[in-house]
Amino acid sequence: MKEVLFYLFAGLLLLFSILTVSSRKILRAAVFLLFSLVLTAALYFLWDYLFMASVQLMLYAGGIMVLIVFSVLLTHNIDHKFDPMEFKKIIFSALLSLVGAVTVIYVILSHPFKTSALAAAPISPEDIGRGFLSYGENGYILPFEVISILLLAAMIGAIVIAKKTTK
Amino acid sequence: MFETIPLTHILIVSTLMFFIGVFGFLVRRNLITILMSVELILNSVNINFIAINKFLYPERLEGLMFSIFVVAVAAAEAAVAIAIIINIYRRFSSINVEDVSEMKG
Amino acid sequence: MIMNFEYVLLIILLPLLSFLITGLTGMKYKPIWSGIIGTVSLGLSFSLSWFTAIKYFFAYGKIDAQGVLGDTFLKLTPWNINWLQLSPTLHIDMGIMLDPISVMMLVVVTTVSLMAHIYSIGYMKGEDGFVRFFSFLSLFSFSMLGLVVATNLFQMYIFWELVGVSSYLLIGYYYQKPSAVSASKKAFIVTRFADLGFLVGILILSYFTQTFDFKELVSPEGPVLGHPITAMFMGTSVLVWSMILIFMGGAGKSAMFPLHIWLPDAMEGPTPVSALIHAATMVVAGVYLVARLIPVYAIQAPAALEVVGYVGAFSSLFAAIIATTQFDIKRVLAFSTMSQIGYMMVGLGMSGYGGHEGLGYMASMFHLFTHAMFKALLFLAAGAIIHAVHSNVMNEMGGLRKYLPITHITFLIATLTIAGVPGLSAFFSKDEILVAAYHHNKFIYYIQLFVAGLTAFYMFRLYFRVFWNTEPHYHHTPHESPLTMTIPLMFLAFMAIFSGYIPFHDLVTSDGKALETHAEYIVMIPAILVGFIGIGMAWVMYKKETDIPDKISQSLRGIYTTIYHKFYIDEVYMFITHRILFRGISQPIAWFDKHVIDGTLDGMGKTTELVSDRIKGLQSGQLQKYAFVFVTGVIILLLSVLYFAA
Repeated sequence: MKEVLFYLFAGLLLLFSILTVSSRKILRAAVFLLFSLVLTAALYFLWDYLFMASVQLMLYAGGIMVLIVFSVLLTHNIDHKFDPMEFKKIIFSALLSLVGAVTVIYVILSHPFKTSALAAAPISPEDIGRGFLSYGENGYILPFEVISILLLAAMIGAIVIAKKTTK
Repeated sequence: MFETIPLTHILIVSTLMFFIGVFGFLVRRNLITILMSVELILNSVNINFIAINKFLYPERLEGLMFSIFVVAVAAAEAAVAIAIIINIYRRFSSINVEDVSEMKG
Repeated sequence: MIMNFEYVLLIILLPLLSFLITGLTGMKYKPIWSGIIGTVSLGLSFSLSWFTAIKYFFAYGKIDAQGVLGDTFLKLTPWNINWLQLSPTLHIDMGIMLDPISVMMLVVVTTVSLMAHIYSIGYMKGEDGFVRFFSFLSLFSFSMLGLVVATNLFQMYIFWELVGVSSYLLIGYYYQKPSAVSASKKAFIVTRFADLGFLVGILILSYFTQTFDFKELVSPEGPVLGHPITAMFMGTSVLVWSMILIFMGGAGKSAMFPLHIWLPDAMEGPTPVSALIHAATMVVAGVYLVARLIPVYAIQAPAALEVVGYVGAFSSLFAAIIATTQFDIKRVLAFSTMSQIGYMMVGLGMSGYGGHEGLGYMASMFHLFTHAMFKALLFLAAGAIIHAVHSNVMNEMGGLRKYLPITHITFLIATLTIAGVPGLSAFFSKDEILVAAYHHNKFIYYIQLFVAGLTAFYMFRLYFRVFWNTEPHYHHTPHESPLTMTIPLMFLAFMAIFSGYIPFHDLVTSDGKALETHAEYIVMIPAILVGFIGIGMAWVMYKKETDIPDKISQSLRGIYTTIYHKFYIDEVYMFITHRILFRGISQPIAWFDKHVIDGTLDGMGKTTELVSDRIKGLQSGQLQKYAFVFVTGVIILLLSVLYFAA
């Protein structure tokens, strides 16, 4: 059952990703992106990473998407349709991406991954919380704090940049 | 059974997603759609982190932690990027990347 | 006063002070004041120098540090400052050394300089740059005094260059005149070229001896005389080479053949400058330099001293021959100076060290002294003539004895002196040189005897042409010069007559001990005879206007023209420098520099420009192009890593 679900999700994920980058209407592209992000969250649910899945939903599907949609609405007419893209550019970019993908897939296939024999214990939010706030082995307090500062700086920075300069 | 899905398949999916993002980054002209492509790339990386954590080191937390950090950084990045985009739009009345090449030498 | 010579520093610093004052503030007040400042400071130096000389020679010169009276004049150093420590043993000092020759030179320099200063107040009156003239004159006096009291070779070299610079400045005094400018350049470049030899000589000498100090160089236990240098170069000891190179510097300054070409042109400078620098003081610096190092020359490098003697003899003959054909009175005097310096060089070349061997040395110094007086007198008198007639050329003069009585008498005295008439100063000094030559080298003796005759001839030719002969038509009647000009003439005439009676053989000798001399009639009588023959010939040919000179020059046309053109030495130099050096070496080098070296650098610049022009298209400012290139690069890297890792 889970296998079927995975391949279904994966297929949809790729489909929506392609639609995201190829749609000629920006709002649709945003919606397709939202779909692919939600599908990613679904994958996490599938793997029992409940906390990660909820973060994905809240931050990505919630926060970032809202930002993107806002900016789209601020800068575009909803009915605006992009000009068709340059054919030469598409060909070259597609070729490049294809070469890159083939190379990476070749590497992945030629590498023997040793799947762990351990039974996957479900990770509780408590473990994650302790991980964030402890130091030493499996402690992430320093990156946690750094990220906090970064977020704060980004918030203030975003406000300063976007603020209308009065002349 | 879920465990029968090979890790390589997951990685292939994330790779494809990554390069779809790269493709989008290269061909899109609109700054917001470029930003979306970047989100796709970041997302594919997150999938990688989680999958590897899940299948290779289920007893540890690094992959999870890093993807949470990536999400946080992506949020910050998106916030700043959108602020910049709005500012650019105000100045050039366009967010077409080809119109915003004032910094060339 | 106790035996304290520290005040000698004042003699040197006073002219420096005057140079600074007149040079920096001279434009602020009437020009005459700078003349007065210069003259007063030189007057003080002059008095102190004579005082020092009397004190040194007659009271304290022989008393050593313990207060014991010996029989030798000592080398005193009242000042010596370690100025530049080059290595633990080698250092350059700045100081004052007093010994017979430096004390004598102090007197010579300050006396002639004072006379030139006083004279210039009258002579230069109303000239533009009066202040500049006096400040340079003071600079020169300072430099020359610093040179003569130098305690070591390097100090001497420094002041040596300073006198070169002041000479350059003063020759080029009339800088609006192209001939003066080129003359000053010529003097500077020729002497600089010679000084290159001097410097190399100093460096070789100091490399082997580890000292610049004169006292150490000439002391019997010193690094030169005590432990002879054994290093050889091209079959001759390096010491001889270095002494020859040092002499090259001296020859340049003293206008010895073949480095003499600058001296006649240097007459472009104002006449007091010619009298002071190019007759009495700076040009004898070469003689002084050789005299300074005479123990080294005589004991360790007799071959080099031989060179000095022959160069001196040849130069004196060469210059005397040219002098007979010149018409510019200052040029005649310039060649006469060269000839007389040749005499001094012969004196040194014929000298040994110590005792009676040192006769030539004594004679040379004696002649230096008397020559300074009478040659300065000749130049100053010539200046007075030029001042009166407004011309340098003999043909425009004649019969001037009626108009310029004082100038006439003093000029006659100087001419008689240089001709070697018995009783006047140069008779004694020249005679001593001839005696020294007679005992050392008969060949040179005969040359010098002939030169003595020639000297009498060309000087009286000058005298008769200027003061007797046919009077040309003067545009305005010549008149006698003002007192400021005639007083120095009279003073120097007095010196020219009586300085021969100074007992030089007691005072200035090679080893500082008194020297017994006695008249040698076998030398003296021929010398007097050739002198009178020369005067007689000049009398016959030039007292009245005759056609004898023309006939002689007609019959010897080729030779005459050659001599008149100074044996074409200038042309030889021009040929060597222009045709060979400039065209043959400099121009190819310049071409190489311009085309190959500059071309390479230009090419590098051009290539960069070209390449950047080509690649600047990549800097499009198009974000996606950059991203495309970046991703391509990453993939290529990835592929190459895979390829090479496999």
